[in-house]
Amino acid sequence: MSDRKKVLKKNLEGYLFISPWILGMLLFTVGPVFASFYISFTDWNTFQSPNFVGFDNFVELSQDSKFWQSLKVTFTYALFSVPLNLVGGLLAAMLLNQKVRGMKIFRTIFYLPAVVSGVATALLWRWIFNTDVGLINSTLAKIGIDGPNWLGDPNFVLPSYIIMSLWGFGNAMLIFLAALQDLPKQLYESADIDGASILRKFWHITLPQLSPIVLFNLIMGIIAAMKIFTEAYIIGGAGDAGLFYMLYLWQNAFQFMRMGYASAMAWVFFIIILAITLLIIKSSPLWVYYEGKKK
Amino acid sequence: MAQKQATSQNKAGSRKALKTFLNKVFVYMALFAGGFIFLVPFFWMVSTSLKDSAVIFQFPPQWIPDPIVWGNYVEAMTFAPFHLFFANSLIIASLSMIGEVFTGALVAYGFAKLEFKGKNVLFIIVLATMMLPGEVTMIPVFIMFSSIGWIDTFLPLIVPSYFGGSAFFIFMLRQFFLGIPNELEDAARIDGCNTFQIFYKIALPLSKPALAVVAIFSFHGKWNDFLGPLIYLNSMEKYTVQLGLAMFQGMFQTEWSLLMAASIVALLPVLLIFFMFQKYFIEGIKLSGIKG
Repeated sequence: MSDRKKVLKKNLEGYLFISPWILGMLLFTVGPVFASFYISFTDWNTFQSPNFVGFDNFVELSQDSKFWQSLKVTFTYALFSVPLNLVGGLLAAMLLNQKVRGMKIFRTIFYLPAVVSGVATALLWRWIFNTDVGLINSTLAKIGIDGPNWLGDPNFVLPSYIIMSLWGFGNAMLIFLAALQDLPKQLYESADIDGASILRKFWHITLPQLSPIVLFNLIMGIIAAMKIFTEAYIIGGAGDAGLFYMLYLWQNAFQFMRMGYASAMAWVFFIIILAITLLIIKSSPLWVYYEGKKK
Repeated sequence: MAQKQATSQNKAGSRKALKTFLNKVFVYMALFAGGFIFLVPFFWMVSTSLKDSAVIFQFPPQWIPDPIVWGNYVEAMTFAPFHLFFANSLIIASLSMIGEVFTGALVAYGFAKLEFKGKNVLFIIVLATMMLPGEVTMIPVFIMFSSIGWIDTFLPLIVPSYFGGSAFFIFMLRQFFLGIPNELEDAARIDGCNTFQIFYKIALPLSKPALAVVAIFSFHGKWNDFLGPLIYLNSMEKYTVQLGLAMFQGMFQTEWSLLMAASIVALLPVLLIFFMFQKYFIEGIKLSGIKG
């Protein structure tokens, strides 16, 4: 009897400790996910009670050119900014992993832009991209190049966002750097004895060893890129060239008060993120190397 | 014979020295080039913020403004009630931080050290929620808070932090608690401590570095949050720094010196925290990659 009491007490204690999370998950995650699913089948402006409209919102989405535009903008941005950020982050991490004097200062400088994300940096970049006297175009003018109208020309809006994203690859870089510092030294030593070149060492040791980290940074990078909002809100872009998915979702929900339509968008977004994540994880055995699980 | 060998060894040695020297030169060149690219936007920001509005659009731009106009900062800060924005951001970020650290630690301790039914399944759910973007649940949560009259208050930005905080913080703290040897807790139990006392008196004090990481990340995240305040706060006197800055941009579309001055002031707290707690920042980012 007392044994059962003990188990009961243990269970009770455990649940008491995690109770804030259980409550929070029910209130702010599970409940809202279901609610959002229901709302996406309604026509709701928050002032009247919701009307059930079946699949109307989803049908309307499929015919909404702005919705497709926002998907295109967001995907294109992610398609370029994520791989460039990964490559840039890895190269920078390898550079910062060299043993030279004063490296600490450089690590701080390279990481600094990642700390200051937000409205202030979005404003700063709007100014840097200024057509006439912005930092980029005035520098280009010095070497005789007539720079484009970055944020005013629809063809240059996304390249501007991608350049801006490269400035802040610090988080991916730091994760790569931590992984590089943990790489087993023996592998490189034996490669040195065999006379392997730097490139071969990178291709056959560094990259396979880092592939789990690449996987992590890839998934996190894609989700972050798809969610981009603050920059889109502050900077915008010519016509709809800067209409990112989250911006359009926010407009529908909080400017046009179309909660049903915006919820349908939220669900589509959720499914896209889920599909991409699963696709990447499923493909990972082909290119991710795990120690002790040799193929 | 021996002499010949020695000279060839010398040669190889000096070639190796030359190679490491060239390597170092290359590394430094890349470091300075990279550092320059990362810092130039900041210099540009500071330089612009000190310019007279007459020379802003002058070509080529001046890097060291003539005249230096410190008054831009005064003007920017007095045009909008930035002192209020700062106070609001400070209140929201600190109160959130306290909630996320304390309840996050409580939940993480449960997952790390206590035995109860369904623990592993529940922990997998914690990890799964890490993948769920908050944007998906944003609308129902907004409707919920609006139905209980919390719109245009700080509550929707603070209260959710008292429910375990983010899944990432729970994960991180759990990893840390797992590293605390059970013997310490057993000894405390023999001395008559109950589980909560063990958590509060033994585990928490031992976890100060991990708690610091969570505290800094939480504060930083809340300080930079824009979407939350944008949705929930309507009246200007309740705006956070981020929201105030966005409004400021609407007021002064092309007054770049004022906009940059206000932006710099908005960045100062974050920079200050970063430079004070750089070690914890970097530890936290590294920990986030451990799962990979």
